[in-house]
Amino acid sequence: MASQQQLAGHDFHEVLKASPFHARVEEQSLVKNWMSWNGYQTARVYDTLASEYFAIRSSCSVMDLTPMEKYRISGPDALTFLNRLVVRDISALKPHRVTYVAWCNDEGKVLDDGTIFHLEPGTYRLCSQHHQLDWLLISSLGMNVLIEEETHEVAALAVQGPTACSVLTAAGFDTLSQLKPFGITHTLLNGFEVMISRTGYTGDLGYELWVAPANALALWDAVFGVKQRGLYDVRCIGLGALEMVRIEAGFIMPGDDFNTAETTVRAGHDRSPFEIGLGWLVDFDKPHFTGKQALLKEHGQPIKRRLLKLAVEGNKAPADSFLYDGKRGRRIGTIKSHTWSPILKATLAMADIEYRNGVVPAQIWAEIYYQKELEWRATWARCTISKAPFWAHPRRSATPPQRC
Amino acid sequence: MTSSPDGPVVIVGGGHNGLVCATYLAMAGRKVQILEARQSVGGGASTTGFASGYQVSGLAHILHSLNPKVCKDLKLESAGLKRGEAINTIALDRRGRHLTLGINEVVGAGLAERDIRAYSTFKREFRGYAKALEPLMMNKPPRLKNMDRKDKFTLARLGWGLRFGLGTDSMREFLRVGGINIYDVLNEVFENPLLKGAIAVDAVLGQHMGPRTPGTVLTYLHRLWGETQGSQSLPPGGMGQVAGALAEAATQAGVTIRTGAKVQRILLTGGRASGVLLESGEQIDAAVVISNADAKTTFLTLVGTPELDAMFAHRIHTTRTRGNVAKLHLALRALPIVAGLSAQQLGHRLLIAPDLRYVEHAFNHAKYGEYSEQPVLEITVPSIADPSLAPPGHHVMSVSISFAPYDLKGGWDQQHSIFADRVIALIDQYAPGLASQVVAHELLTPVDIEAQYHIAGGHWHHGELTIDQSFMMRPIHGVAQYDTPIAGLYLCGAAAHPGGGITGVPGHNAARRILAMGDA
Repeated sequence: MASQQQLAGHDFHEVLKASPFHARVEEQSLVKNWMSWNGYQTARVYDTLASEYFAIRSSCSVMDLTPMEKYRISGPDALTFLNRLVVRDISALKPHRVTYVAWCNDEGKVLDDGTIFHLEPGTYRLCSQHHQLDWLLISSLGMNVLIEEETHEVAALAVQGPTACSVLTAAGFDTLSQLKPFGITHTLLNGFEVMISRTGYTGDLGYELWVAPANALALWDAVFGVKQRGLYDVRCIGLGALEMVRIEAGFIMPGDDFNTAETTVRAGHDRSPFEIGLGWLVDFDKPHFTGKQALLKEHGQPIKRRLLKLAVEGNKAPADSFLYDGKRGRRIGTIKSHTWSPILKATLAMADIEYRNGVVPAQIWAEIYYQKELEWRATWARCTISKAPFWAHPRRSATPPQRC
Repeated sequence: MTSSPDGPVVIVGGGHNGLVCATYLAMAGRKVQILEARQSVGGGASTTGFASGYQVSGLAHILHSLNPKVCKDLKLESAGLKRGEAINTIALDRRGRHLTLGINEVVGAGLAERDIRAYSTFKREFRGYAKALEPLMMNKPPRLKNMDRKDKFTLARLGWGLRFGLGTDSMREFLRVGGINIYDVLNEVFENPLLKGAIAVDAVLGQHMGPRTPGTVLTYLHRLWGETQGSQSLPPGGMGQVAGALAEAATQAGVTIRTGAKVQRILLTGGRASGVLLESGEQIDAAVVISNADAKTTFLTLVGTPELDAMFAHRIHTTRTRGNVAKLHLALRALPIVAGLSAQQLGHRLLIAPDLRYVEHAFNHAKYGEYSEQPVLEITVPSIADPSLAPPGHHVMSVSISFAPYDLKGGWDQQHSIFADRVIALIDQYAPGLASQVVAHELLTPVDIEAQYHIAGGHWHHGELTIDQSFMMRPIHGVAQYDTPIAGLYLCGAAAHPGGGITGVPGHNAARRILAMGDA
């Protein structure tokens, strides 16, 4: 039995939805550079990209996470449902723990990735990049599970950066130092309940704070109160800075780095978990899951392509670059997303590369077009595959996190 | 991982297709056990006692398309199969101007010479189309992607039959009418309203369709294909006698039949079917499990959605399987009297469908979850040919009623007896006095059929026989060749190609496929 919450009366004159933090977000936005994230009015940049990037990497950043799709999954078959949905075995996920997952269609092509929060025994929250309610309802056939979309009912802030723990402790959250990565804790702040998970999309120390929308502004004010009191710098960051750090951290973005199966029209343009570097999630030993047979079949054959992390020589942006197996060689792929990493002083990219006969190309070269004072030029840059994330700081996983 | 060809085979459901499939496999040397939930095998081909001393065919009541190859291969005649005398279809008229529709000719009062000639031409032409589909019927429906040699051969034979078997003009006409509705075709060809009404019944019987529904020419061809296999008859002893012959042939071939053994789950080991669990708690191991149950019951209930990919389960779930035909059984203290019909003629297949609009209006109600105010009736009085079905001098009448939707607005509980009375009153208009002759009656709505015959939705054909659910898309594309996403699990019933009717063809095709795959 699946249930779908009634959509609240939607105002169709409202072009972009305001998040519960909007009053503060609007106030903090100096450049009014807005974009849509799942229909919410979201800041791309508040002030300057550089200051926001360095807030994440050197001090403490705050981002409104409310637009992320959130589903509450409960009922007697909740675990059966989720374990059949995702490619990873989540049967051992303990209450108050979070895990990263991806899920596929019948053909073993990735629909989306996300995280599962085991909120309390038998009750879960699934967070995803894209809207998944249809697929969740389809997947719930014959199972006694309740699926509730709670994107609009839960406000969330990401507080990330080296001083994130210190800032939150100063803001009044005093139970954080023992919280392990992917752990969840509940606390009270000025009388309202806050759920805190040690999760994030930056590859650094960070937390995500979850509250009822009514308490959103009070939460925001508590965090920024630390800055006002002169204790630590805290800055809002937009999606622009997040894009830089997520590439540094080696996190993929469904829809940007690969076509999600649901939105793919042309044959062969969708991707399996193995092709986007998520093969490590796939567990063939667990009970049946959607796409298992297709993935088993694929697993026995040489891999056709891979999404790879590339360090690109030089500082020219390899925007939409074609990739070749040698300078002026055979074309083998394209750049999907890229950034200049100020902290690593390197050009980093996610790239979709063809593997001939299942073998990684010996060399990868990017053909980069760039402008000098409105004059186009072309150059070649050697690319190096990075197996590990470009940026992985030990404080991300240290418990307790070092004080700074 | 493949099983050894001599591993035990379990067939879930002893319907006629289960029996046919089992017999073929046993004849090929396999060890086969049939597990039937009911107390007798046959499924939709059964004889049931609905009142003390009165017996009637429980679900299907006319034998019209039992496949000759199956009969021959399984030696059903020597296993005791009795078909009964060939019967015609008689379209009833309130004023007694009935029409008798034979295979090639129609006779009756008030028929224009033009219609009599048109009928012969029409039947010959359309039977030709139906016959052209033969290669498709008796083989696994070809995949359009990744065809094997057999698939290519089937398509080649189909193409050859359409192009050269039919000839240029007929093929052109076939392509014109193939996708349209029977209403338009009949209006082009005939004038007599009663004649058109009667033919339209064959196009919509058992379906959620009216004569104006697109695709009804195809369902008519499906029905006519049955006619190419032999004439229609009322088997003595009812359809249960046919099931009895099939069971006898199965037993002689070495099949073990267990009745009263309801399968609760199909068990899997490492993703492969490995046996079944009975409701009694008994577990039976098998190398191959074949399901004669409908696709929804097989996959969604017996296998269970957690063992299936989500979209596959969803696609099975969304197949159209809501039954639309009710069955009425009447115990009568005397032979009913229909003006203009002899007692012998009463023993034929009688239709109440006065014209095309009547049939279409009957269907209109079903679209909105209502039963037909004026339903279409298919009536048989099997006790005329076989008096043993009723006490001396008494008779039984078996009526198929269209349309009686599975998901009736307000539910059947409240309207069950009102509907039965309405149907009896309708027959009474043609056979005055019938209502007072009724000793006992039994009405089976699709909900009752679902419960008694274990068919999801109570659908005769285990799902609509529309083009999107036929051939290489029956029950859904990807599992139309009898094998399923679960290794070692096969379909052999009406849910598989070529669908419903007491034909034995799905069982025949499934057995050939399973043997060809080297699985059983």
